[in-house]
This record gives sequence, C-alpha cells and structure tokens, in this order.
Amino acid sequence: MTTFVAITVSGLALGAVYFLIAAGLSLIYGLMGVLNFAHGAFLTLGGYAGWAVAQQLTAARGGAGFLLTAGAAALAGAAVAAATELLLIRPLYGRQIAQILVTIGLDLALVGLLLGAFGSNSRAIGVPAWVTGVTAIGGVRIPDGDFVAFGAGLAVLGALTWFLRRTRYGIIIRAGAENRDMVRALGVDVGRAFTLVFTVGGAAAGLAGLLNSVVFSGALVDPTQGDQLLIFAFIVVVIGGLGSIAGSALAAVVVGLVQVYVGFYAGGGAGLAQLGNVSVVLVLAVVLLVRPRGLLGGST
Amino acid sequence: MTGLTGGSRLPEAVLTRLTGQRQTVTGRPGWRRVAAPLVVLAIFALLPFAGFAVPWVLPGPVDVVNSAGTLEVLGLGFVFASVALGFDVLFGFTGLLSFGQVLYFAAGAYVLDIALSVWHWALLPALAVTAAAGLALALVLGALCLRVRGIAFAMVTLAFAQAGYYLIEDNPHGLTGGDTGLVMAAGRLPPQLVGVASTRNLYWLALVFLVAVYAVTWLATESVTGRVWLAIRESERRAEVLGLRPFGFRLASFVFSSLLATAGGMVYLLLVGTAAPASVASTTVTISVLVMVVLGGVGTRWGAVAGAIVYVYLQQYLLKIAAEPSFGSLPAPLRVPLSQPDFLLGVIFVLFVLFVPGGIAGLAGRVRLRREGR
Amino acid sequence: MTGTRQRDAAVAAAGLHVSIAGSHVLQGIDLRVPEGGVTALLGRNGVGKTTTLRALLGLLPSSGTIRLLGRDVTGWPVHRIVRLGVGYVPEDRDVFAGLTVRENLRLAEIGPRPRYDLVYDLFPELKRRQRQPAGTLSGGQQQMLAIGRVLLDERPLLLVDEPTKGLAPRFVTEVIDVLQRVSAACTIVMVEQNVHVVRALARQVVVLDHGRVVHAGSSADLADEGLVRRLLGVSA
Repeated sequence: MTTFVAITVSGLALGAVYFLIAAGLSLIYGLMGVLNFAHGAFLTLGGYAGWAVAQQLTAARGGAGFLLTAGAAALAGAAVAAATELLLIRPLYGRQIAQILVTIGLDLALVGLLLGAFGSNSRAIGVPAWVTGVTAIGGVRIPDGDFVAFGAGLAVLGALTWFLRRTRYGIIIRAGAENRDMVRALGVDVGRAFTLVFTVGGAAAGLAGLLNSVVFSGALVDPTQGDQLLIFAFIVVVIGGLGSIAGSALAAVVVGLVQVYVGFYAGGGAGLAQLGNVSVVLVLAVVLLVRPRGLLGGST
Repeated sequence: MTGLTGGSRLPEAVLTRLTGQRQTVTGRPGWRRVAAPLVVLAIFALLPFAGFAVPWVLPGPVDVVNSAGTLEVLGLGFVFASVALGFDVLFGFTGLLSFGQVLYFAAGAYVLDIALSVWHWALLPALAVTAAAGLALALVLGALCLRVRGIAFAMVTLAFAQAGYYLIEDNPHGLTGGDTGLVMAAGRLPPQLVGVASTRNLYWLALVFLVAVYAVTWLATESVTGRVWLAIRESERRAEVLGLRPFGFRLASFVFSSLLATAGGMVYLLLVGTAAPASVASTTVTISVLVMVVLGGVGTRWGAVAGAIVYVYLQQYLLKIAAEPSFGSLPAPLRVPLSQPDFLLGVIFVLFVLFVPGGIAGLAGRVRLRREGR
Repeated sequence: MTGTRQRDAAVAAAGLHVSIAGSHVLQGIDLRVPEGGVTALLGRNGVGKTTTLRALLGLLPSSGTIRLLGRDVTGWPVHRIVRLGVGYVPEDRDVFAGLTVRENLRLAEIGPRPRYDLVYDLFPELKRRQRQPAGTLSGGQQQMLAIGRVLLDERPLLLVDEPTKGLAPRFVTEVIDVLQRVSAACTIVMVEQNVHVVRALARQVVVLDHGRVVHAGSSADLADEGLVRRLLGVSA
C-alpha cells in the first residue's frame, strides 16, 4: 500500500512536469495552429540556464537561491521562445507546414549547439538539500522533489486559468483559438498575442526542464532530455485536446499515472522497462482513433 | 487496386480538372533533362573505378575517390535517398505528413536481421518474409492511422513509431538486442556481399536499388493513381465530388511509402551490418528524412534523392572535419557550433524553410528558367 | 469620376481580383459606395458578394486598389483597417461560442469609451444574458451580439453580410429597425439576398455577377421586375 501511494505521488509529479510543457504547446497550437517542436529545446535551455545560475550562486543551497534558479530557467525559456516567434514563426504566417518545419530545424540546431558546448555528459545542478530530500508521511517516504513539481504544476495551472479568464489577452487567446480571423476583424492585433503565447509557453517549458532535471534526473542536465520529454508532452496535448488547458491538465495526470503504474507493476515484473512508455503511446493511439479531438478538445 | 480506389479509368479532362494544372512535365523534355540524370548515374556507377586522389572534399578518412570510406557514405546516401523518395510520395505528392515512416524502416532492418541472425534463414526467404511483414504492418497500421487527418494523423503515426522504438529497446525474448542492437550474422549471405571486397558490391547494390526505387516511384507518380494523389493533396473534396474514394488512394500512398521504407531498411542492414534502435528506429531518423526531402524540394522526386545524398554526405564530412587536428585550434565560438553536424544542418534547414522553400530542386528550376530567358 | 468625388466615397475599390483555391472569384471589381446610408450588394449565390466584403477588409489577399474612408488601405493588415473605423458583421455571425456575451463585447472594444448603454438599449436581451456563453444563444440573439459588437464604438463604415439570414420574422424586423437607425450616422455596405430587406433599407444597390459589377444605381431600380429577374434570377 505504501508503495502504491509513493508511486501515485511520483506519477502525479511526473504529470505536473508534463502539464507544464503541454500547457504551452496547447496554447500555441490552439491559437496559432503551430506544432512547436522547438519546445524541447526551450526545455533543455531552461535546464542549462538553471544550472548556469546555480553555479554562480553559492546560496543556491537555500530556498531563495532555488527560486532564482527556477526563475532563470523560466526566463531563458521565455526569451528564446519570444525570439523564435518573432524571427522564425512570424515570417511564415499562413504557412502552417512551414512553421512546423522551422521549429523542427530550430530544435535540431539548438540541441546540436548544446551538445557541442556541453558534450553529451550530464552536468549537476546545485540545489537545496530539501529539494532532493525525502519526507515521511504516514509511513510513506515521498521525495520532496515530487511535492515541488506538483506544487509548481498546480501554481502554473492556477495562474494560467486566471490569466485566460480574467485578462484581456486571455480573452483574445481564447477567442483566437476559436476563430483567428474574426479576432482580427474586430481590430485586435493577434500578432502580439502570438508572441505572448509563445513566451508564456517558453517560460513554462524552461521551468519544466529545470524541474525535470532536479526531480527526475537526480539534479542532472543533459542536452537530449528535452526531446525525450517533448514526445510525452505532445501525447498529453493530443489526448487532452489541442487548445484546452484543462484537457492538458487532465491528460497529464492520466499519462503520468499510467506511465508509472504500468512501468512499475507490469513492466518491472516482466523486465520490460519501457512498457510504461509503450502503454502511454498506445493510449494516445486509442484516443486518437476513437475521439480524434481529444478528451476535452473543441472542434479542430 | 481498381476496387479499392473506386475506378482507375478516368478521362484526361477530368484528371486535369482534378489537379488544376498539370503538375508534371509531359511531352518530350529537352535532351538536357534526360541526359543530366543519366550522366550522374554513369558517374556514380563508375565511381568505384576512380582510384585517384582528390584533396579535402571526400567524406572518408582516405582522400581517394574510390576508397571504402567514400563508397560507404555514398551507399548510405543511396539507401536514404530511397527512403526519402518513399516519404516524398506520401508527404510531397499526397500531402500526408507522417512522423512514423521510420517504423517501417526499422521493421525492414530488424525483421531481416532476426531472420538471418536468430533464425538463420537463407537470404531470399529472409527478404521475402521481411517484405511480407512490412506489407502487413503497413496495411494494418495504415488503415488505422488514416482514419484521422492532419495533425492527429501526424501524431498517431508518431505514436506507433515510438511504440516500435520502445519495443525494440526492451529486447523482448532477446530478439532485438536492445540498446546495443543486433549484429547481422553473415553466415548465409552470398560471398559477394560480405568480406573485404564487398564494399564495392554493396555500393552497387545500393545504387541499383535506388535506380529501381526511382523508376517505380516515377511510374507510380506519373500514373493515374499519382495524379489522384496530387488531387488529394490539393483538396479532398474535389476528389470526392468526382466520384473517387480518397481513402483507398491514401492507403495506397501510405503502403507504397512504407514498403519503400521497409526495403530501404533491408538494404541498410546489408550495408551497415547492424540494426540498432538509435540509428534505425528513433525520431532522429524521422527528422533526418524530413530534412532531406525539404532540402531537396518537396514533391519533386529527384529533389528527395539530391537532398538525401547531400545530407548524408554533409553529415559524415562535417564529422570528419571536426576530427581534424587543425580544427581543434579554432576559437571556441567557431569550433563549438561547427563540430556538430546537427547544428549546421538545422541552421541550413531553417534557412531553406524561410528563404528557399522549393529546396535544391526549386533552385535548379529557377536557374533553368533564367537560362531559358524567362 | 473626378478626384473630389472619389474623396467623398466611403468605399472606392478598383480592379479588385481575388482567387481562392485556384478559383478566380473576383475578376476585376470596380466598386464605389457613396458616403451615408445603406448600399446593398446583390447577386446570385456564389458570385462573390461575401468575398468582396472580406477582400475590402483585408481578410483575403487581393490585387487592385482599395480605398476606405478616404485612405488607401491596399495591403494593410486587417486590424489596422478595422481601427480606421470599419466594422464587420459576418455571414453566420461568428460570435465566439466559448466566451460570454460580455466577453464577446469586451473583445470588440476599440476606443476609450465603449457605448455599452447604447448597445444594451438597442438589445436588452444582451444585457440580460451578459454572463451566458455566446454559444448557447439563439440565432437571433447571436445576430444581436454580432451587430452590437460593431456598435460599441463609433464606426463610419459597416460591412454587413446577410444580417437576416436564417432569422425568425420578428428578429428580421428588429435587425431592419436597428440598421435603419444606425445608417443615419454611418455608411453601411450590406450583402443581402432578401429583396424586401433591401427595399426597406437600401438607398443604393450594386449588383454582382460572375465576379464583376454589372449594375450600380439607386434602389428605385429594383421596382423594375424585369431587371430584378434578369440580374438576380428571382421574381421579387
């Protein structure tokens, strides 16, 4: 039973990381119709930015230092995302396939650059001890990192929901996801909303990259982690429904849990370590074939 | 295929209406256009006899034209050119963006490998069973995946390809060798294909394979079916209105493309001698093939071939350069990006998407038009 | 057409060509809409009436020149044209189903002092249903919302596409009433199939056929039944 609880919590934490990535992807696709493959690079860059900052801060061992590290990760993701939208996506407005292709190229180039700069070996990030520690709750030992990840996921979900419901740009983004032309026909400059959505998505991705390194990779960053995560984030986005934040949240939890449950209970026994991953992929296939627009998606 | 595609006897006028404009060149092309590819083919065919040295530009460790290094790289280029051609039919001609064709490539390499190395079959039966497996897989998954369109289709094909990757990595029943891959047992292969002298033969095998694939692709895309593919790419509704059932045509395109990928996987195995998940089943391969086709020019056939050969060549060449001793003395801001072929290829790809959307074939077309004075 | 008269026109388009998916829909539209009142854009189905409106607004790429409210807006981005003072009420309403009525209106705010009291006076139903998702409104109510959106701010030019399509008779009356009141203060270019509505509202008519303007005159021309049948294929 205690194992079950521990596994469930780790599944939820994993889901939170997926949600952070998927939320940005979902917003970007919903509003702009762009499948952003460069998100994986935003992730990895966030991780490295966090590592770089943590290197400079001797106080990285403390709570405030960790916040700075996380902030740096989010900022790096946001900056690269904004640059991507302005320089690469905008010139290709109206050409959806070309936009997807350019993000693929960017991802390839950025990961290559990081491999060249840092090599394929992992680097360790300095983090406070309490992040990598373990807390015992009612006899169950749960890594503190799981709480951090889940908390971050919840916080971002709350912030995004507030943003979408309460601010003018939130309304623009929701309307634009339904009918971009009509938003323009009402006099709104959707270009600014595009850049905003990319930036927000990039920030969340950067944060996710840092959290993933810290919580799931033993506080190590390496250049290829982003792309591995990205595939799962895509799966979450599509299962949840492209363009739906709530859908991404729901799907993220489902995917995270399925992955850990199957991986532990079924795969561990049969020596099939990747069974958890396979099952997630098959869930995607099933959802797509039964309900192509995803669990909570609107009409595509 | 008649029943599946709802009729293959379409009048010419209808076909032209379907596609709007005639997309392919018909009539008698100028002698230059027929001669150029034949000359290139002749050069490639005679390459193994070119024993002279050429400085700097060759991708292998030895700077002689017909060295093993050069032949291996070019052979690999031919294999990927075939896979890229298949992908171009699906993406460039039929307009279906699939992120999962690597699954069939992997099937080709791994099933053949297993048949040869684990079951110890002879070459011909092994090839046959691999082809059959590839066909069955493509039919089943194609029928499944094609139930959805657009982004959903791209994602579901990606999903199945990833599932394949994970399954291979898991090494079920010790069949696939997991991460390190499965080395091909050469025991029952004809002697011309193994051993020291085999490099040349494998090179020619890959070249002949490419020529065959190109011919088959040319026939398919110039046929009635090919024109319907073009029509589907433009607008499915138009095709439906004219009494065709697009699903059958889409499935045909998918299976065609997948079979070429499977065949490519088989030749790959013969050339390289090992099937490993990272080089045969990962999304890296998917991305590479996509880049090859876009660099070469989507929907132009010879563009896919050119793009693939250039890509494979560049990748090996850049790695060679980065290993040169003089390279290490470059300042870090230059050395770091240049040492990674992925970075350069990614940048070139982005530049092409932004500024040269027609790819190499598009550029060549523009040059030709300018020379013809238009 | 002299220079001074061109400057007075609310809309002056010359040589407008639009191709959609390989189909040459507009084949050289020369359109001049005088300032003030309602000008109706008529024609059989598929001749390019909606395409013309969308091209004027910049929603479709076109070749030719477009002058709106005295400014050359050829090639301008859509939102810039709209901010010049152009309102668009599309065919099929195009309200945002997932947003509330209030949010739909809020999105359309352009100026510093949106005239909510005016809009709610004209359409009390909208005031009552402020927090209701627009997707749950009836067709007539959505049309009210679509029209209300463009009335929040003062716009000298309104492009309205089939405002009475698919509406119950009482809504048709209400729409005619509202448009009549609004047209006193601005120019309206209206695509409309319903000849009765056109007779009630329009001062000028422009008839399209096969992507070209084939008749432009006052709405009195519509009294000629022969003309109506020839141009529109309907018996009025």
